[in-house]
Amino acid sequence: MKTVPDKRGHFGVFGGRYAAETLMPALLDLEQAYGKAQKDSSFKKDFDLYQSRYAGRPTSLYFAERMTRQLGGAKIYLKREDLNHTGSHKINNTLGQALLARKMGKKKVIAETGAGQHGVATATVAALFGMECKIFMGEEDIRRQAPNVFRMKILGAEVVPVQSGTATLKDAMNEAMRYWVSSVRDTFYIIGTTAGPHPYPLMVRNFQSVIGRETKRQMARQEGRLPDVLVACVGGGSNALGMFHAFRRDMGVALVGVEAAGRGMHTGQHCASINAGKAGVLHGNKTYLLQDAHGQIRDAYSIAAGLDYPGVGPEHAYFAATGRASYVTVTDDEAVEAFGYLSRHEGIIPALESAHAVAQAMKIAPKMKKDQIIVICLSGRGDKDAQTIIESM
Amino acid sequence: MGRIGNKFGKLRVKKEKALVVYLTAGDPSPALTIELILTLAEAGADIVEIGVPFSDPTADGPVIQAASQRALKAGTTLSGVIEMVRKVRRESQIPIVLFSYFNPIFAYGVKRFAEDAKQVGADGILVVDLPPEEAPELRVHTDAAGLDFISLVAPTTGGRRLREIVKSAAGFVYYISITGVTGTAAPEIENIAGDIGKIRRLTKTPVAAGFGISDAAQAGQIGRLADGVVIGSVLVRLIDEYRHSDGLMRAVSDCIREIKAALR
Ligand SMILES: Cc1ncc(COP(=O)(O)O)c(C=O)c1O
Repeated sequence: MKTVPDKRGHFGVFGGRYAAETLMPALLDLEQAYGKAQKDSSFKKDFDLYQSRYAGRPTSLYFAERMTRQLGGAKIYLKREDLNHTGSHKINNTLGQALLARKMGKKKVIAETGAGQHGVATATVAALFGMECKIFMGEEDIRRQAPNVFRMKILGAEVVPVQSGTATLKDAMNEAMRYWVSSVRDTFYIIGTTAGPHPYPLMVRNFQSVIGRETKRQMARQEGRLPDVLVACVGGGSNALGMFHAFRRDMGVALVGVEAAGRGMHTGQHCASINAGKAGVLHGNKTYLLQDAHGQIRDAYSIAAGLDYPGVGPEHAYFAATGRASYVTVTDDEAVEAFGYLSRHEGIIPALESAHAVAQAMKIAPKMKKDQIIVICLSGRGDKDAQTIIESM
Repeated sequence: MGRIGNKFGKLRVKKEKALVVYLTAGDPSPALTIELILTLAEAGADIVEIGVPFSDPTADGPVIQAASQRALKAGTTLSGVIEMVRKVRRESQIPIVLFSYFNPIFAYGVKRFAEDAKQVGADGILVVDLPPEEAPELRVHTDAAGLDFISLVAPTTGGRRLREIVKSAAGFVYYISITGVTGTAAPEIENIAGDIGKIRRLTKTPVAAGFGISDAAQAGQIGRLADGVVIGSVLVRLIDEYRHSDGLMRAVSDCIREIKAALR
């Protein structure tokens, strides 16, 4: 298995750095600064310290005993990223990038957000390190993820509403990029997922890879072996790659990414870019995109704001093309059902994004043997989704 | 030398600066785009940049974003834009640059695009999100077809990178006159003078400056520093304002005449 990405950020034919010239020097600086930080033991020490003392890592690997018994098949473990400070895996990445911003002497940070989890995690580290913070968020998402909007404001961030397109994650990212073009000299853009131009997909994956490393260690301690299947939801793909990375060479471990099928694949209202998209270029990288025959990006849809994006990180495109991971789909209805199930039977309210992974595990666990093991990446908690769930009932 | 190089050559002899004009293809309709381009040429535009509308124009400000949306609503596609070029070329020899984001070209097929664009009479291609690092996948085909691959230099571009970009430039070097997206801020003359000076020391290829130039006075000032100025949002705004009116062509023509006068 090749090491990806290559020096220019290519994952096979995917990835790369398709950015406006105005941003290119900043991306090259960032790449250099990140390269230096990777070799700097004090950077790693700071990162680890904030991860443990501030964010609360390691998160637990929890054996969902009731769920396992009821489904009657494979043993189900939950990697509890919902227990992180701010309530999702997003903090792993924002801590890393904010430490890098600090190292680069940048005092202003911006971010895009869909579900608001990345926005909250960015606002949090900005408060922690005394940085000025602007979060771009689609108006539809501001409506459906209102609790997170309040949290960002309480933390001192400015939330900039975005009206263009479907007023969701893609549009927020467009606007954040535009703002970055005009502010690039003093502003650090904290991208929230394994997308964007190189080095973001690499950097975000590395900051998130703590999820899989911990899981591997915890699984060795608790079960004395590797799991059989890892399941994670895929928006841009950061929690999934964070979970998969440490296992990429363990060919006996099946990696399963779950895309959102929204109202059903046949309706066209979904955001399954790997299952239904074609290769193309958006937001700085080449990847699978939902688009029409003329290369215009199609509107995505999912009940989960954090998955509602017409693209996917280039490393997932690469994993799909090489067959290292498989990508399946789960509908809104299935996710909502899994959301309710996990809440009532394990006492854990999952984020609607994570509920997609839970739903997939519920489909496959009963068909697996009792001595097999599934790990679900429970990427976040679902308090933010109360409103959406009420509306869906 | 192609139409672009010839045009700069002729203007140099006349001691005039080039007026490069951007408009979004298909805004408000394909038929009007053709008429608009012919009107621009007639009024004194030296080079036209035909923008291929894209759903997610991250290098553009609100004016061109809205124009792109209108053009897409009107059913504009890259194939349609190539047809427009064919029709314009039957009636005018004005140099034509296609201005695009990469995805519509990638979806069309890079090789087929280069061949078709050349065949209908386009002269150059400018892709905003295709920096030199990623350019070869398109440029091998556009170079082979004989299209000028126009490179962008930003206020943030410096040092070795600037040298390399300028060295491989064809047609003209497009200097982005603001650190920002199209149509959003006023260029700062001192910075522009410094940057264009640096480019000039590195190449004899003509330099055109654009982004944020909004009137004849600014165009005149920048025209003294560069070989050409690019205007975009001003014209696109005007097209929006007059798109339901009989006065559209007249308004466009007046605007171009006024700006071109400042470049003579
Ligand atoms: C809890 C949670 N899980 C998953 C995602 C999807 O992002 P990614 O695919 O980068 O993990 C989000 C995004 O907002 C999220 O909030």
